[in-house]
Amino acid sequence: MNISLRSEPAHAVWEQRQKNVVAALEVVLPRAAILFRHEDTAPFECDALTAYRTSPMVVVLPETEAQVAAVLKICHKMEVPVVARGAGTGLSGGATPHAMGVVLSLAKFNKMTIDPVSCTAVVQCGVRNLAISEAAAAYGLYYAPDPSSQIACTIGGNVAENSGGVHCLKYGLTLHNVLRVRGFMVDGEPVDFGSQALDAAGLDLLSIVIGSEGMLAVTIEVTVKLIPKPLLARCIMASFSDIESAGAAVASVIAHGIIPAGLEMMDRAMTAAVEAFVHADYDLEAAAILLCESDGTPEEVGEEILRMEAVLNAAGASRIEVSRDEAQRLKFWSGRKNAFPASGGISPDYMCMDSTIPRRCLAQMLQAIQQMEVKYNLRCVNVFHAGDGNLHPLILFDAEEADQMRRCELFGADILETSVSLGGTVTGEHGVGVEKLNSMCVQFSAAERAQFLGVKRAFDPRELLNPGKVIPTLQRCAEYGKMHVHRGMLPFPELPRF
Amino acid sequence: MDAQDPVLARLVEQVSGAHAHQTPLDIRGGGTKLFYGGVPAGEPLDTTGLAGISSYEPTELVVTARAGTRLSDLESALEEQGQCLPFEPPRFAAGGTVGGMVAAGLAGPARVSVGSVRDHVLGMTLLNGRAEVLTFGGQVAKNVAGYDVSRLIVGSLGILGVICEVSIKVLPVSVATATLRFDWDETRALRQLCSWRAQPLPINASAWHGGRLHVRLAGARAAVEAACRRLGGERAEPAQALAWWDRVRDQREEFFLINETSAARRESMWRLSVPANSGAITLPGEQFIEWNGALRWWKTGAEAALVRDAAARAGGHATLMRGADESVGVFAPLSEVLMRVHRGLKEAFDPKRIFNPGRLYAGL
Repeated sequence: MNISLRSEPAHAVWEQRQKNVVAALEVVLPRAAILFRHEDTAPFECDALTAYRTSPMVVVLPETEAQVAAVLKICHKMEVPVVARGAGTGLSGGATPHAMGVVLSLAKFNKMTIDPVSCTAVVQCGVRNLAISEAAAAYGLYYAPDPSSQIACTIGGNVAENSGGVHCLKYGLTLHNVLRVRGFMVDGEPVDFGSQALDAAGLDLLSIVIGSEGMLAVTIEVTVKLIPKPLLARCIMASFSDIESAGAAVASVIAHGIIPAGLEMMDRAMTAAVEAFVHADYDLEAAAILLCESDGTPEEVGEEILRMEAVLNAAGASRIEVSRDEAQRLKFWSGRKNAFPASGGISPDYMCMDSTIPRRCLAQMLQAIQQMEVKYNLRCVNVFHAGDGNLHPLILFDAEEADQMRRCELFGADILETSVSLGGTVTGEHGVGVEKLNSMCVQFSAAERAQFLGVKRAFDPRELLNPGKVIPTLQRCAEYGKMHVHRGMLPFPELPRF
Repeated sequence: MDAQDPVLARLVEQVSGAHAHQTPLDIRGGGTKLFYGGVPAGEPLDTTGLAGISSYEPTELVVTARAGTRLSDLESALEEQGQCLPFEPPRFAAGGTVGGMVAAGLAGPARVSVGSVRDHVLGMTLLNGRAEVLTFGGQVAKNVAGYDVSRLIVGSLGILGVICEVSIKVLPVSVATATLRFDWDETRALRQLCSWRAQPLPINASAWHGGRLHVRLAGARAAVEAACRRLGGERAEPAQALAWWDRVRDQREEFFLINETSAARRESMWRLSVPANSGAITLPGEQFIEWNGALRWWKTGAEAALVRDAAARAGGHATLMRGADESVGVFAPLSEVLMRVHRGLKEAFDPKRIFNPGRLYAGL
């Protein structure tokens, strides 16, 4: 993005612009809250999608709502793009800075109030996801969505991405657990979406703001629902000697009217990688392992575990183990939770995919991935949120070797396009950001993308909030289509739609 | 959905013509909710031809149905597989459609525990005001590709486009249910509901009216039995309880009927959506409480301003469900900033303002 700025005249224009913006911001912010020297802004060059980096023009660290409003007013007036940022744990580059823009770091908004009577918490955007449940634990309550990065990620980022987690099959996504979002429009005007009640008057703007990747409004405060902590949780670890029966077992659990608290799958390659990492006695012979969890009152869990065991046995499980106690349950989960670092241990680099497919296509998808491993001559290990069809294939490669990087990108694109053709989506929970802009061309028609842009403009007519994310331009989609034909890959037909 | 479908093609043609001539259209399914929202106006656009379940895979917990599908047909298909629409959409009369259910976005007694209509909508095909057929979301629960447009459409009363097809998350019917009754006044009922909320109890719905609280439990058999023992009260006969909850859901229970006496008193039916722990809200007239206190129905002759003020003070909003005088506006007025976004969205989806003018707010 900033390559074109390297030429001298352009750089001079950029420097002058930076000077003007900093001068305007200094009127409303203390000096220490404005960063613009390269060494100070460097930590903000990327989020967890580290392959994409852009040096921001300015980073601001406001501490009060009045400061946020003032910054937005100035940026709006001067037509400066604004990228809001929480903990920077996003995996799709949603917080990648804009070269001509301001990064609005909201990390200092870290207060919350728990109301045990209404079972809600009013949480500032910079509060970490896990901190909410930790604070609510004193009242026997917790906040259900639990993305893997919950130790670090913030509720503001969760709202931007509509984050899920291992337990969202039963407890829903961020959308289902948020009552109200309070913040600012792009011009600094205060705004409320949703309410303390279960609905609000007018169009359901809350549902479109959640998951909008910071492109519609700036989130400052979130009212979340808290629910009673289940008295007990137990987990079944089931082995399967072939992928097909594991996939069928997932469908069978659901078909029997059971909604597990979590239902996860790992293939043999992934199991081997995590076993070396955590030593949790995983069955290394199994083609696939399922983790199936039940939570609730002891009566509920007792009844449900029996039903789950029966279904998994009937589906052909070769080994079944039920956690005896909390320590063993956590041990079962330790491998699954460490899938990413374990993959880092067996390969110099890996690329994590995030598509969702209908549950019934799980086995078919795994087989397709096995064929792609041959086609692109790269290994792939698989962890799936099987219960909701959300896949995280990790493609292993070595970025030092240019051709591996290229093959890895083609492999990834192939997985996403196959997911769309099976009736799924290119991103289940990580978001589009900058990473999946090309894939949006595959999933949505030009008219649909234009409609997204119309939504964006209804909130932000000058397109200053996080511009360039989520919605690819027509030109970009045309080039992506051409590239594919050129490389002899799938041509660019209109893929089957659902 | 197939753009070549002849029924869809006819709708596209009608919208295209209306767009060209700026003719207002009144999107019409079964016509069972004409009383809800602003007064319908414009040339009718009939969605009932666009009927049928497009796909239903019980193991996916997802059903995709075309907008004109009768709600009763959809519910029967689900029932055959032991599944249901867990949010219990009200059936005010026979003939209501799936499209109407989504456009109204109204949910029944279980909404408090399972979530709303929008919580269960996964994807949608929409015909916008430029006569473009667009698909958003999909048939999978986890999907964050692009803005969640299909959920924005839920409850929009047709002002942004014609719902053509919708994918909905469904759930298995609960293994066990039980209804308990308690003869408690409003204060005690609200207090108890409040304290139960913070405990892991399988409370699926609640309703209070005239000194009696009804609590429905649903879930695993052992959990329902354990909760019955813990909560006490009088256990209702199952068939009788089922029929009673259905009458509440469909607003056929006596309270909801505007009879001659209440009409003579110029009473209206108001829906107050408020935080559950608001405490008692007092207005002249009669009250019915649902959603563990988060939904208060008032049959009252009070001025609209008084009702709206009571709801706003509690942190919620009031809707005129069935009114003696709808000139007061059906929905609570919006802040200027939110109204600006509403106008922007209307412009983005329906630039010629042809769809259901005035059904949600005047000028939209």
